[in-house]
Amino acid sequence: MLNFSKINTFIIYLILFIVSLFASLNFQKKDNLYIDKKINLGLDLQGGSYLLLEINSDTLIQKKIQDKVIPIKRLFRENNINYSNFKINKQSLFVNIRDIDKFDLLFKSRNNNLINPYIDNYRSFELEYKKISNDQIEIAFSKFGLLTINNSALKQSIEIVRRRIDDVGTKEPTILQRGEKRILIELPGLKDPERIKNLLGKTAQLNFRLVSENSEFGTDKLISENGEELNVSKRIIMSGESLIDAQPNISNQNNEPTVSFTLDRLGAQKFGRATTDNVGKRLAIVLDGEIVSAPSINEAITSGNGMISGNFSFQEATDLALLLRSGALPTPLLVVEERTVGPDLGEDSIKSGTLSLIVGFILVILFMLYKYKIFGLIANTALIVNLLMLVGILTILEATLTLPGIAGIILTVGMAVDANVLIFERIREELKTEKSIIHAFDTGYAKAKITVLDANITTLIAAIILFSFGSGPVKGFAITLGIGIITTLFTAYFLARHLTSLVVLNSKKNDIKI
Amino acid sequence: MVNKFNFSSKFKLANIFSLIFFLISILFMLFKGLNYGIDFKGGTLIELRANNINASEIRSVLNSMDLGDVNVKKFGQEGDHLIKVEQKENDGNKIISQIKDNLSDSLNAEINFRRVENVGPKVSSELLQSGIIAISLSLIAMLFYIWIRFEWQFSMGSIIALFHDVVITLGIFSILSLEINLSIIAAVLTIVGYSMNDTVVIYDRIRENLNKYNRLNISEIADLSINDTLARTIITSVTTLLALLSIFILGGEILRGFSFAMILGVVIGTYSSIFVASPMLKFFKVTYKTLEKEDEKIVP
Repeated sequence: MLNFSKINTFIIYLILFIVSLFASLNFQKKDNLYIDKKINLGLDLQGGSYLLLEINSDTLIQKKIQDKVIPIKRLFRENNINYSNFKINKQSLFVNIRDIDKFDLLFKSRNNNLINPYIDNYRSFELEYKKISNDQIEIAFSKFGLLTINNSALKQSIEIVRRRIDDVGTKEPTILQRGEKRILIELPGLKDPERIKNLLGKTAQLNFRLVSENSEFGTDKLISENGEELNVSKRIIMSGESLIDAQPNISNQNNEPTVSFTLDRLGAQKFGRATTDNVGKRLAIVLDGEIVSAPSINEAITSGNGMISGNFSFQEATDLALLLRSGALPTPLLVVEERTVGPDLGEDSIKSGTLSLIVGFILVILFMLYKYKIFGLIANTALIVNLLMLVGILTILEATLTLPGIAGIILTVGMAVDANVLIFERIREELKTEKSIIHAFDTGYAKAKITVLDANITTLIAAIILFSFGSGPVKGFAITLGIGIITTLFTAYFLARHLTSLVVLNSKKNDIKI
Repeated sequence: MVNKFNFSSKFKLANIFSLIFFLISILFMLFKGLNYGIDFKGGTLIELRANNINASEIRSVLNSMDLGDVNVKKFGQEGDHLIKVEQKENDGNKIISQIKDNLSDSLNAEINFRRVENVGPKVSSELLQSGIIAISLSLIAMLFYIWIRFEWQFSMGSIIALFHDVVITLGIFSILSLEINLSIIAAVLTIVGYSMNDTVVIYDRIRENLNKYNRLNISEIADLSINDTLARTIITSVTTLLALLSIFILGGEILRGFSFAMILGVVIGTYSSIFVASPMLKFFKVTYKTLEKEDEKIVP
């Protein structure tokens, strides 16, 4: 075990050299032109905000099933199927029909079926029905229909969340899908996420609807911005989808902040027609079910440009413009987890983490020197190289270092010497019975090998499980712990063994003690 | 080592001691329960720093807000406080800004909000579930690893020792009402890894000695093997504890619970490899014959 060929030695030191080179990238002041790799600091060290949002597709599904009512009724009529008792209950439709067989045939047709499309990916229809009694059926979205709605809502939400956050202008945000219903957002350096939370908390569904004089059928009672109760028609003249731009402005007339908007061609036509027909009436601008303002239509607006005023502060006008520009979220988003660390706590954590790393490191080094003298020096060299390699590999992977991650490094320092201790103790035993020192070292290394491997694999298993189940900071711990084990094995079995061989092979026979 | 210590004579005593401690831990966990942090219980946590305010002032401001169970305590250096608010329904979206605004308005001081965390009820129960799964999975993975590398008796023995370590560590957390959060789960998993590591080293030697001396019975073999590896066991525990103590003392408040759990775990894990895992082999009637069947598998 003590013989190293030239090529082996060369490879060992080449690996060390390359990894150390990567480790050194972290300590350069300027950005390196050739390799741009660094260990990222986790939010708990650099400060910032972590948000986990969840979409709630219940209302969306209710709306989608309502959209099916008219097409299904038309299907009945066009095919002479008599129906009665058509009801909507939350996420399903109930109807009584006689001729279920005929309905079944049409409902499950794959030919250009617009009412109930066949989803090829899932080999399933969008809707399904079940018989409740002899002639009553319940129509609802199938499992895969729901999945499709949910997935597209999530994709769309992520896109809009990204637009809103980019618009606010935070640095390097991370926006990722988490599972089937969640969006993970990391905002490094952000001290207070309240504004972002506010912006993401609004779906920003904008509608223009006419105010009607009386509370006839088909109106909603809404409270206007200055407290009066208005009957607003349910019919939507135009929605936020027609907007192509929105900007905050200061109105020339009264110096109030307003939001000016520009409509697309189709929207401008619709808006022009509606305003021409309803001059003198009031138009309610409704955002997420609340009236922003309800101005009177003084003249037809055909240019496709308009303005919303409504007692805004300039910040509110800016945010409203931002929301309108980014588009409406398909479903409301709920913040289900939030973690924010201020920059000064992050700095404190780096300081205390580094301090405990240095102190722990020195304590272990002194202890090993005291215990093993010259071989302690070898173990310590291996330990230092071990740290260097750990940092190097973290850099190559561009891993994220967290506070528990630093704890993982310190723990690695404490546990890394174990491999060398196991080997040295084994050699000590061999030296008792073995006359040839070289042979004793050789068998010591060989016999300890399996034990060292077994012992480290158990910790590696724990680290892997921790990595796959943990989140955020804990994951950082699993990463450093896991990589630490690999570098420990490398340094003990290649570097320390090589150094030991140099000491043993170059010394005279009986002066080696361990 | 010249002075051999007769460990096996102490096995019975140690096992009674372990059993008592194990049962006490279970009883405490059942009746007193674990003190879950917001990671697992849901709720809001705020760490703030401000000059010239004390915990009771903060408490009175928060109590006027009708937030339910509020806990305020000093945390780390002078002027630092930690606030924990129980989860009330799912209004987490607004509660943080309300608390912040109220504190800033009512307390005449510049408040630095150093850390704010809010975990909803759904997420917290998921985190708890995945924590339990992770610990269980790690125990099962160890069971299989040792089963593959050794014999089933060894894998049962080591799993009992691991179970002993995890339960007693959590039991001590329950007795001392220390908070269980995500980092404690990480600590427990690391303890599982560390304790296993320690056990494997001794088991490895037991296996070797069983092959070498088939005249000796398992108690004598265990004694011999524990003594053979004792120096290593002690040195590794010492270096690991040195590193952990350094985190415990200098690593700041956030890592304190984690490093405390790890220190407990290293001590208990080292103890259990000698006094729980080894006697278990006698309990499972391991002899040199146990190894014979699969002799070729053992030495790779």
